[in-house]
Amino acid sequence: MSENLPEAHDASHGTALVSHDDPFADPGLPAHEPRRTDIDERAAKRAERQVSLMFVVSMLATIGFIASYASIDADKIVYIFPLGHVSALNFALGMTLGVALFCIGAGAVHWARTLMSDHELPAERHPIEADDDVRNDVIEQFKTGAAESGFGRRKMIRNTLIGSMALVPLSGVVLLRDLGPLPEKKLLHTGWDKATQSSPIKLVNMNTDEPMKPEDIVQGSLTFAKPEGLEESAEDFQQQIAKDALMIVRIAPGDIKDAESRDKGFEGILAYSKICTHVGCPISLYEQQTHHALCPCHQSTFDLADGARVIFGPAGHPLPQLKITTDEQGFLIATGDFDEPVGPSYWERPR
Amino acid sequence: MKKLSARRRHPLAAVVVLLLALAATGGLYAAFAPAEKAQADSSAQSLAIDEGKKLFAVGCSSCHGLNGQGTSDGPSLVGVGSAAVDFQVGTGRMPAQQPGAQVPRKKNIYSQAEIDQLAAYVASLGPGPVTPTPEQYEPSSNDVTNAEQVAKGGELFRTNCAQCHNFNGKGGALTNGKYAPSLEGVDAKHIYEAMQTGPQNMPSFPDTTMPEEQKREIVAFVRHTNDEASPGGLTLGSLGPVTEGLFGWIFGLGTLILIAIWVAAHTTKAKKS
Ligand code: FES
Repeated sequence: MSENLPEAHDASHGTALVSHDDPFADPGLPAHEPRRTDIDERAAKRAERQVSLMFVVSMLATIGFIASYASIDADKIVYIFPLGHVSALNFALGMTLGVALFCIGAGAVHWARTLMSDHELPAERHPIEADDDVRNDVIEQFKTGAAESGFGRRKMIRNTLIGSMALVPLSGVVLLRDLGPLPEKKLLHTGWDKATQSSPIKLVNMNTDEPMKPEDIVQGSLTFAKPEGLEESAEDFQQQIAKDALMIVRIAPGDIKDAESRDKGFEGILAYSKICTHVGCPISLYEQQTHHALCPCHQSTFDLADGARVIFGPAGHPLPQLKITTDEQGFLIATGDFDEPVGPSYWERPR
Repeated sequence: MKKLSARRRHPLAAVVVLLLALAATGGLYAAFAPAEKAQADSSAQSLAIDEGKKLFAVGCSSCHGLNGQGTSDGPSLVGVGSAAVDFQVGTGRMPAQQPGAQVPRKKNIYSQAEIDQLAAYVASLGPGPVTPTPEQYEPSSNDVTNAEQVAKGGELFRTNCAQCHNFNGKGGALTNGKYAPSLEGVDAKHIYEAMQTGPQNMPSFPDTTMPEEQKREIVAFVRHTNDEASPGGLTLGSLGPVTEGLFGWIFGLGTLILIAIWVAAHTTKAKKS
């Protein structure tokens, strides 16, 4: 019998053993008390009705859900006290679905508490390991099995078995490979890489879709730009703009601390990638007096007057800057891609 | 004739000629002088500038210098234009209570007439953006064109403004205690002027990169988001994941935990049924 429980416990189910010799004796389980529904058939019937009532309410609520979906106008706004002005349709759908789900849950809980069997079922705890006889027996069997299979003797079988086991997971890798193409060189280039000295690409204002001249960009202003020829209607617009997006600022040339950055710009107009070098959020919280650009995701802060150096936060390297100049008609153009990949770092990133 | 020549040597002859000459010059001037209206205007203008200068000396010069040239406490106002004055003083930001990371919006203590005088004075210091007229900033009152403006403005807002002011114009945090203020309840005129002039740390969006019409569309969108009822009821401040997550964790999960405790506590073992 169990060593954990006092002998007397099993004999009288649920009766606590009070022994003055041993004040810390296990009191055992409390006595089982029947519920009202166990002894009173009327109470049981009532509980049954209550449970079914909840299920019926749930059905009605579902029907109400479908009915309100079909009948309530999506634009209708009503006043409902603690919520204020709300869309009647949203409110009706939320309420009916909520009631339908809640009543199923509440009905199930009520059923379990009042009508299902409530006999206590103690699960006693025992040491997990098997006793010595059993263990010795298993070890014996294993040894015999190993000897009979010749696993230790026939090295070729053993080695090929290990090899095949090691290779099996590869099929998983092949299957999962379908989830996405390798990035290849796609992260190295942006839409600006088609620009060359002989066929430059104009910078186009995202607001007006027009190319810009330097005199349009006043000091203290902020402008967003994309390469000419990238249309919003294009199928891959979102993929492209995620790499090509520029933010253009103009800083008095004397205030630009980084000479290389000044040279890449045009008369103080600087074109930086809009993509944060931490994990790639679009950043453009530009403070025109401090020339800091802040990323809303993890607060990386870049000093645009100093080559977009990281002055705070988790970003690993400065924002890439696009070299810009003007063409004969005076429009701002780029004659090549960024010198480094835009966006967050990755393993194969050159630097 | 004889009579005239006889009097040529008269001692008063020179005086008569002088008078005639003066009269002729005066007449010619009266005939060719610039139109009367312009004269009246510029005098009213110079009156406003004079008045503005006095107000400036009292309210602004301690930081911006007696002639608006700027000091170590305040930037130069040469070339900021009347729109900047109308915005800064009209929203109560100026005169500033105290120097700090950012000057907050507060109760405005100047009348619109006084603001106009101040603006006239500052505008006279150097050319800059001019206070806009209602035709420039007021969104269309026609329902159809207004809806179109709201739609276009929403797109422009998400490109240019949402990063700082939040998708709903509720504002957001910047660096070192600076913040982008909420756009709720801000005058259409002041929103327009802010885009035009770039107050404090906000970058400007001049007409060359964001034409007048687009600014008006943005104003239409901001006004729409301010006025429209929220389809979901409780907006929780429209701040996005922060308040919504907090609400979900505390009230949503909290309620579930309480229900679970209640269900478990009221079992037969607890001698209740
Ligand atoms: S993505 Fe910009 S700081 Fe994390």
